[in-house]
Amino acid sequence: MSLEIDNVSMRFDLPGGVSVQALKDVSLNLKSGELLSVLGPSGCGKTTLLNILAGFLAPTSGEIRLNGHRVTGPDAERGMVFQQGALFEWMNVRENVGFGPRMKGAPAKETAELVDHLLDTVGLGDFKDKSTYELSGGMQQRVALARCLANDPDVILMDEPLGALDALTREKMQGLVLKLWKETGKTVILITHSVEEALLLGERLLVMAPRPGRIHKEYQLPFAERGVNADLRQVKKDKNFSETRDEILSMIWEMEEEIMGRAEQSA
Amino acid sequence: MTGLSILLGYILLFVVCFGVVRAITARRKINDHNSLMTVTFGYESAVVPNRAASVLSVLVIFLIWGMFTNSSLVPISVPGPFVGNAEFTYTAKNAAGETDDAKVVVLVHEPDAENTDAPEIEPGDGFAKSDGYAMQIWRSKLLKVQTNDEGGKDDSYQVIAVNGQPIAPDQEVATDFGAVSMTSKGTLNVKPKEGLLMQPLYLPSPEAVVGRLGDLMAEGYKNIGLFEHIGYSLYRVILGMILGSLVGIPLGYAMGLSGWARGWFDPIVEFMRPVPPLALIPLVIIWFGIGETGKIVLLFLAALWIMAIAARAGVAGVNISKIRAAYSLGASKAQIMRHVIVPNSLPEIFTGARVAMGVCWGTVVAAELVAANEGVGMMIMGASKFSQTDIVIVGIILIGIIGFGIDVLMRVAENKLVPWKGRA
Ligand SMILES: Nc1ncnc2c1ncn2[C@@H]1O[C@H](COP(=O)(O)OP(=O)(O)O)[C@@H](O)[C@H]1O
Ligand SMILES: [Mg+2]
Repeated sequence: MSLEIDNVSMRFDLPGGVSVQALKDVSLNLKSGELLSVLGPSGCGKTTLLNILAGFLAPTSGEIRLNGHRVTGPDAERGMVFQQGALFEWMNVRENVGFGPRMKGAPAKETAELVDHLLDTVGLGDFKDKSTYELSGGMQQRVALARCLANDPDVILMDEPLGALDALTREKMQGLVLKLWKETGKTVILITHSVEEALLLGERLLVMAPRPGRIHKEYQLPFAERGVNADLRQVKKDKNFSETRDEILSMIWEMEEEIMGRAEQSA
Repeated sequence: MTGLSILLGYILLFVVCFGVVRAITARRKINDHNSLMTVTFGYESAVVPNRAASVLSVLVIFLIWGMFTNSSLVPISVPGPFVGNAEFTYTAKNAAGETDDAKVVVLVHEPDAENTDAPEIEPGDGFAKSDGYAMQIWRSKLLKVQTNDEGGKDDSYQVIAVNGQPIAPDQEVATDFGAVSMTSKGTLNVKPKEGLLMQPLYLPSPEAVVGRLGDLMAEGYKNIGLFEHIGYSLYRVILGMILGSLVGIPLGYAMGLSGWARGWFDPIVEFMRPVPPLALIPLVIIWFGIGETGKIVLLFLAALWIMAIAARAGVAGVNISKIRAAYSLGASKAQIMRHVIVPNSLPEIFTGARVAMGVCWGTVVAAELVAANEGVGMMIMGASKFSQTDIVIVGIILIGIIGFGIDVLMRVAENKLVPWKGRA
């Protein structure tokens, strides 16, 4: 697996002649099995970047290449986990998870076994025949993760997958994401607006800056690797962890201030 | 008078029931969430229907209905019309200026009374002769009392008093049984008290309606069984609904999925939507006649726009994340249509179908009122022409119950088929 983001720019032309430079010259290479977290103030183009990777948007210039071929639209090789609302309520948990294989026409028996296994892995062994709307938000995200894994994608794209969860559930789910990443060896790109989450769930961390959306700074971090085996709270107590967190926080803080300042000037 | 007293009685009973239930339940201490709330005004969830009120409300309706129709099911009854012999004396003045008294006896009887003959009265002395008459309750009767009087045909002969009280044209004298008035031409008019009871012509008693329901079930109406009438109406609604859905849902999907279809059909749908189906009846009759075709076409049109708009809303309301997730899971367009868009639109379509069923039911009854040989609407229209109020009321009650039943069935089906509605 290789993923190349090559000089991607995205400009939205709004009615009235205004245009927004959501991304400008973003380039990045991902190795197989990497865990990348992306952080940045809101409006810096994170979702736009992810949508381009998923193939939902075509960049105005530049291109994405997965395993050497150019990405032109959505495909099962790139799985997606949304913040919420993407499960199919008319299917039970099992049917949701088996959706991808079923669409491909995979044999029913194999699919059933795979679904069973995945649901056990994400800790939903007792909820296989429940309706999705009967589940809590955290459980729904577990279903979404399992559904994505059932397709065995090369890359998993997650847009603030834990953003709608309460703090306690979120902490548990962070552990689950790490576990799944390690066990499946998948390449994962995860967007978050929580600095701690970005530190915990990123071997590599990109901090993006707005207007135009671009990569501001990149970190290589040891916490994800550590978190696989240790308690996440223990990892957070690391001095290095809090120092990096503070550094990134003030970086984002400054960006936000700058946005505010610009807004005030133009007002 | 009757209308006003029904209204006042209803308001009175409302207040009394409220007070009584309040007084009874005030002693019981309930500790549920609502009763522990210190602020309930304006909290929607705090307003739970009081079931006692619902039961009492229905009882009160039947009580008032029975009270004002002299029902044997209800122990009390409002005063009825005067029945029996209405007696009074009149004083006449003849051409010579002499006066004389005579007696009048009017038998006021029920329409179906055995004895409806005018009582025989001794003419008595003097030139004014006593008279006997007969009349039905709830009517008034003109009495030409002078026809048998000596000299009664003279122009200057006139009645000058009733029960000793002077009377002149356009005046009225109150009596123990009601009133006697004089027309502008000098004729006496007896008006026995009407009481507060409703005439069966206006409102038959509950038992009369139930009895008529039994007759209708046994014998049918106009040689067609009652259930056949209902069946005809339901058949029209269901066929109209099916046809309307068969065209409307695909039309709505097309409008939800294609910009061209949306643009093309939007003006038509948006124009037809606010046109009440009843307004189409004349045109449909002109085009298709009063037969079955016209009614089906009308119901088809009634359902069509509602279903199209519901299907359009169902497609438009799909969460973009669901579509994107499906694409990312490798689904093709056809698979997304089949597994995401269609199921996702079902709750909206069900809502539309419920509305459409209600509209169709109302429309079919109205269409049958206008022209039909069978159906519930035709039944009440036909009955109304012959003042068979009990049949009209049976029909109205049936229409209400069936309409309600349809909605309940639709809701049950909705809970079964789209249980995620409103919970996603
Ligand atoms: N479909 C769109 N049309 C116009 N502008 C858009 C669209 N999507 C995103 N943008 C703009 O692009 C910028 C980046 O948006 P987004 O990628 O959603 O940011 P983030 O996810 O980092 O909060 C924002 O300024 C946003 O207003
Ligand atoms: Mg975003």
